[in-house]
Amino acid sequence: MPPSTTSAITLRVNGEAHALTVDNRTTLLDALRDGLDLTGTKKGCDHGQCGACTVLVDGRRALSCLQFAVAAEGRGITTVEGIADGEALHPVQQAFLDLDGYQCGYCTPGQICSAVAVIEEHAAGWPSAATADVRPEAGPVALDAAEIRERMSGNLCRCGAYNAIVRAVAQAADARGTDSAAVTA
Amino acid sequence: MTDTTARPRTDGGVVAPAGGAVGTARTRLEGRDKVTGAARYAADVPFDGLAHGWLVLSTVARGRITSMDTAAVLGMPGVLGVVHHGNAPRLHPAGLFGPDGQLQLLQDDRVPHVGRPVALVVARTPQQARAGAAALTVTYAQEPHDTVFRAGHPAGRPAPAAPARPDADLGDVEAEIAAAPVVVDQRYTTPEEHHSAMEPHASMARWEDGRLEVVDSNQGSFMVARVLATLFGLDQEIVRVRAEHVGGGFGSKGVGPQLVLAVMAATLLRRPVRVALTRRQVFSTTGLRPATEQRLRLASDSTGRLRAIDHATAAFTSTIQEYVERNTEASNVMYAADAIRTRTTVVPLDLPTPGWMRGPGAAAGSFALESAMDELAQAVGVDPVELRLRNEPSAGPVSGLPFSSRNLAACLREGARRFGWADRDPRPGTRREGRWLLGTGVACGSYGAGALPSTAAITARADGSYTVSVGAADIGTGARTALALVAADALGVPPESVRMRIADSRLGAAWFAGGSKGTASWSWAVTAAAADLRERLASVDRVPPDGVTGRGDTTDAIGALGKQERQSYGAQFAEVAVDTGTGEVRVRRMLGMFAAGRIVNPLTARSQLVGGMTMGLSMALHEEGARDEALGALVNSDFAGYHISAHADVPDIEADWVEDVDDSNPSGIKGVGEVGIAGTAAAIANAVWHATGVRHRALPVRLDRVLESGFPAAR
Ligand code: FES
Ligand code: FES
Repeated sequence: MPPSTTSAITLRVNGEAHALTVDNRTTLLDALRDGLDLTGTKKGCDHGQCGACTVLVDGRRALSCLQFAVAAEGRGITTVEGIADGEALHPVQQAFLDLDGYQCGYCTPGQICSAVAVIEEHAAGWPSAATADVRPEAGPVALDAAEIRERMSGNLCRCGAYNAIVRAVAQAADARGTDSAAVTA
Repeated sequence: MTDTTARPRTDGGVVAPAGGAVGTARTRLEGRDKVTGAARYAADVPFDGLAHGWLVLSTVARGRITSMDTAAVLGMPGVLGVVHHGNAPRLHPAGLFGPDGQLQLLQDDRVPHVGRPVALVVARTPQQARAGAAALTVTYAQEPHDTVFRAGHPAGRPAPAAPARPDADLGDVEAEIAAAPVVVDQRYTTPEEHHSAMEPHASMARWEDGRLEVVDSNQGSFMVARVLATLFGLDQEIVRVRAEHVGGGFGSKGVGPQLVLAVMAATLLRRPVRVALTRRQVFSTTGLRPATEQRLRLASDSTGRLRAIDHATAAFTSTIQEYVERNTEASNVMYAADAIRTRTTVVPLDLPTPGWMRGPGAAAGSFALESAMDELAQAVGVDPVELRLRNEPSAGPVSGLPFSSRNLAACLREGARRFGWADRDPRPGTRREGRWLLGTGVACGSYGAGALPSTAAITARADGSYTVSVGAADIGTGARTALALVAADALGVPPESVRMRIADSRLGAAWFAGGSKGTASWSWAVTAAAADLRERLASVDRVPPDGVTGRGDTTDAIGALGKQERQSYGAQFAEVAVDTGTGEVRVRRMLGMFAAGRIVNPLTARSQLVGGMTMGLSMALHEEGARDEALGALVNSDFAGYHISAHADVPDIEADWVEDVDDSNPSGIKGVGEVGIAGTAAAIANAVWHATGVRHRALPVRLDRVLESGFPAAR
């Protein structure tokens, strides 16, 4: 008998466990879209070059086109469909909507997932390439436009909504305050 | 603006409040769907029994297919079929604007360029289709190819005249140049560029009860359905095309190869087939902005008053379809001159067919003209803003026609004021900040405005709501929301009571989201439908349960329009910093002031203008499709090799507008999709000159070009 080319796996997505059988070659992106009909996560390049497929894996952003679905078993995955709190939009989503942080909307799910993670990464004290002093004792840097641009640069937007996206991320970060807007799967 | 007695009486005779929606900032109607991931694009709509098609592209630049080993692929797991020139349905000549050779896919064994679809492998899953496509062995009889563009190429020939505007021949250009004290004579080049909409083209086709249903990623479902019907010899009545959400187009989403192949496969296999292009396939098969080489000769008197504009351009096309890149269009209207001559050459090569890409003609054409104007300002010793103001025409310089409206001077003056232009030291290389040289530049741009025939219908319902049905497309422009505002005002009701139905070929004839004429065209039809509806409502006491419908068709009204020069205009200002160590150019800020008719929704219009300027920045500094001469293939057909501006490249960009009243069209709309990119690259290149003292006449202004040319102005 030839070795099996499919696997039965369980993916935990947006807090729910889903059992599915996948061709072993299936990326996490395709499993979400074709297997679970979670088509909010977009495919812009399938090569890790555009960020449209960004999701959160165990709270950290990841490119779902660069992971095999079989390797995502046991992880907590959050997609754009799981960012809002029921009917209430996440502050990042609300800011994108209010400030027109998009045009065609195709890069938007990836931008939003990235932005949610960026705000958390920053709050946790992570530096970026735009951070002048990266020593831990230098303390947290302000999440200014330069920091946001650097941290969001993995998410391309051909419509050129970058200006409004940066404003939206800044607004959502400001609103975060003490009541954490963190998303956990 | 609304007459109370004519105002539609809705539920129980309640009179709806008056309009005023146009001109107020509104968030997008589909905004919630876009931020929650609920908006479904063409590849997101599920269908029972869906099969997946994967393209196989030619790997040679010219020749014939001699064999294709389909048998081996048909035996692979999940493979349902292979469509190729031996079994593909025969197609009829068809295209959006006349027969288009690009659409004649899989009709014979000819290979006209690298990246031409030669087969489609269809399988149960995308993974199986992909594996099948990778395994399909195709052999070719290769022929010598020519893919290297240059203006003096022997294959070059004069382009056919544009429908609206032949080459200009005003006055005696040679005599003016010979007699003028100041002459600029330079060549400018722009490379092959790619639209790179973030959503790769995708289509699903299926036959249901003798009707062809298509879910597509396009810029105009009605026109796509019409082409599809002609191409496959079908009655348009049985073809339905929808494209509810589209992830950007920028001119690339007409009738895509994936659509033609999906219909072929659905027809042969009698099941729903989705074909989604990979990013590399998007680069290879969905059009591009051709490389251009332009020569500009400007002659002026000693005060900078133009005596001659001589603009000659050449661009490539393919051997299967003639595409003309009309770079000289703006040279007909931008500046007054005693003599104006334009010439356009096309060079057919063994390359993919170019197509409209955001600001077609204008984006590359304005780079040449507006760089040359900056060079003239330098030569004359006059401020570049002032130079442009001195050459402001009072009527179309070549046509003699009046401008429907033109407020470029206001854009220049207001832009200069906000940008702080008056403080600028005109000498290059005088501002230094550590290792950075700083400079500022200005350039102008224009893009044709107007409206094309469209239809619309509005149904008033007994519950007080109105449903607007118009074959519009919203590819990110905000058209859906803008049209709701236009309808609300035309009906005298609040926008909240308007529901929009768009992007369905069944909604009737409508123009494309293209040429910056989408919203203007559809708005006019919506306004006409609203007028018709109001008349009908005036004669009923109460809206019956099935509603009352008014219809609009602008064909006659547009046909009766007088001839005028109709353009949007803009003036752009840029500040750059050039790294003397690496040659890197960073744009620090940009400002665009536009005269673009009535702005329907300031929130989304600003996004479009900023988006155009952002793409212009990308064109100025980053984008360049590189081809291998020996293979004739694009070597950087992905986002790792073909860089488009990312977050970190884009500074704060301000876009705003001046009052611009165009009453030649009842909506007053001119369109903002393209004018934002007209002039951006020149403004940035002019700023690089100001920073470094070196004129960059080849785009993009790459690090290596900056480094190699040095910093002669820097002390
Ligand atoms: S689709 Fe994953 S990075 Fe582009
Ligand atoms: S909104 Fe269209 S690509 Fe970002």
